[in-house]
Amino acid sequence: MQAKDPQGKIRIIAGKPGLDGHDRGIKVVTRALRDAGMEVIYLGMRLSVDQIASAAVDEDADVVAVNFAAADHLQLGPDLMQALRARGCREDLMVVAGGIIPDEDIPALKAAGMSEIFLPGTPIEKIIAYIEKNAPRRSVGA
Amino acid sequence: MSDSATSTAASGSANLAEAMKRWHEQTLAPVLKKSPERKAEFISEANIPIKRLYTPADLAGRDYERDLGFPGQAPFTRGVYPTMYRGRLWTIRPYSGFGTPQETNQRFKYLLGLNEKALTIAFDLPSQIGYDSDAPQAKGSVGKVGVAIDSIEDMHALFDGIPVQDVSVAMTINATAPIILAFYLAMAQERGIDLGVLQGTTQNDILKEYVARGTYIFPVRPSLRLTTDLIEHCFHHVPKWNTLSITGVHMREAGATAVQEVAFALAHAIVYIESALERGLDVDEFAPRLSYSLGCYRDLFEEVAKFRAARRLFTRVMQERFQPKDPRSAMFRIYCGTLGSTLTRQEPENNIVRIAMHALIGALGGAQAIFTAGLDEAFALPTERAAKIALRTQQMMVDEFGITNTIDPLGGSYYVESLTNEIEERAAAILQQIDEMGGMIAAHESGWVQQAIEESSYAFQQKVESAEHVFVAMNKYLPQEGREADPIETFRVDDSLEKAQCERLALLRQRRDADRAAAMLERIEQAARGSDNLMPLFIEAAKARVTLGEICGVLRRCWGVHNPMQSY
Repeated sequence: MQAKDPQGKIRIIAGKPGLDGHDRGIKVVTRALRDAGMEVIYLGMRLSVDQIASAAVDEDADVVAVNFAAADHLQLGPDLMQALRARGCREDLMVVAGGIIPDEDIPALKAAGMSEIFLPGTPIEKIIAYIEKNAPRRSVGA
Repeated sequence: MSDSATSTAASGSANLAEAMKRWHEQTLAPVLKKSPERKAEFISEANIPIKRLYTPADLAGRDYERDLGFPGQAPFTRGVYPTMYRGRLWTIRPYSGFGTPQETNQRFKYLLGLNEKALTIAFDLPSQIGYDSDAPQAKGSVGKVGVAIDSIEDMHALFDGIPVQDVSVAMTINATAPIILAFYLAMAQERGIDLGVLQGTTQNDILKEYVARGTYIFPVRPSLRLTTDLIEHCFHHVPKWNTLSITGVHMREAGATAVQEVAFALAHAIVYIESALERGLDVDEFAPRLSYSLGCYRDLFEEVAKFRAARRLFTRVMQERFQPKDPRSAMFRIYCGTLGSTLTRQEPENNIVRIAMHALIGALGGAQAIFTAGLDEAFALPTERAAKIALRTQQMMVDEFGITNTIDPLGGSYYVESLTNEIEERAAAILQQIDEMGGMIAAHESGWVQQAIEESSYAFQQKVESAEHVFVAMNKYLPQEGREADPIETFRVDDSLEKAQCERLALLRQRRDADRAAAMLERIEQAARGSDNLMPLFIEAAKARVTLGEICGVLRRCWGVHNPMQSY
């Protein structure tokens, strides 16, 4: 397990790209991440991938967390990754997603650069543990 | 109650209290001492403490005629119709829509072939939020969670070969409801069908979109105008249409408790009714055409009690605030169904049982229409097989278990009556709180409603995480490592359909009379800046092959869009 800077909280940008409004899941998860001591900026829903990408860059996020529940993930997942790169996001930025996603689509999302996909029924503890273990270490003084 | 009845009841309750005490001391206490109950406290999913046993003592002070009465009479606790399912069964409403109108038309015909006469259309997100299929915002979303409808041509294709005069068509559509309905009505007129025979429902409940589900477009005031335009137009021209289905389901799905679901739905109903009254309609001209939609969640008795409490509280709210003369105005007619959040991705076949329980809740709760989800809800839209099982579940419910033989079979249960009272009281208290805040729109604006739902959602989730709220095979009785359930077949919308839909849209724009379409949009713009009912113009525009996105584009220009970060 990677040692964490005790001062440096993991900073997460979260939001829902696309037109879907089913935000119960992401709201619950972001709140739990906050309760676990992470710094979470929840942008809301009905966002363009550019809005999420620019927030991630402006806020120097360690992690971007998004949710898909409208079968638009194969379009918006790769679009988001591209938007992040186009805006010059950090090399070590970690992107995770959750939602209603068929198993067979997970490899495509990972190939596009997403680190992990969390499916319905995943204990939140597991999501927290994953992020704590795998989020990039914050640069000192950031 | 007469004096003698009261005194008999009083002496009866004294005897009962005595007998209860004896039972406690002599029978119960020794057992509890030896083997305590499984839990220190039993609590319903709406956080109502549940007692060990309910008796007539719990219904003290209640009056049968005032609080329960008879089916078909106020306060409708036992049901809205005098014969209920002995006369007419609830409507089985499969919810369906995906891909292009041509694709969905095939699924509709399949479902109608299974012997049903009712459909609910699921629309894709661009259609719900007012974008044409070729808009940049629609990319990747066309036909994904519902059918793509851009124009009247799509409505013709959707109902090709389906006799719309004989089928009850419900539409889960809100922000764009008046435009989508205009497409439907214009399609029927082009087929030569009299609008007077058309039956169906538009959800048209925009208010709940601001606090759950999120398919809003415009700020709340113009949105409310659109809702009311539809109500007013149908009163004059489509008399059998259910103009508005005030929906608690989505707030429940977003995390609200059963009590909040009832209270918030009624609070929205009050806003709509006030808005239609301001328009100059009489309450009895439109209230009989309002219907209501609640979810079927997990706590069976609480959910049944919820339906009964909602009917009674609604009647009381109507009588106190709006004094209708037509008894139908105070009838809380219910469309209900499975909530996706009750289903699991783990061992998805188990969902068949859960969904059957939801249908049972609807039946015991006296619903007028029931939707049962597909077992594959946590993966994608239902496959044809899953949709068939969902429909068969209800057909079994109707015919195989004797559930429909009498009215309100749980009425008189000490437990269910107590829960009904409790839910009504708690929901009424929330309504009063909302009144004190200045009404439901003020409660939205302050963020209070959203916050209340979020708190309930988080509290529920914590109980899921701790497995206090059990989901079998998800947080309890987990499958052995390596012996998880086999994957199930899931439905996929073919990505090429988006292209096909865009091509047809391009063809429509090419073929139509461009000047006529442009002139229509100009007239809509003018009317939107004024106060005339927009429905007649939408219908005319539909016939001129103007598209949904074009109309919404004009309205966005006139009214702006809702920004959830700002108050409205």
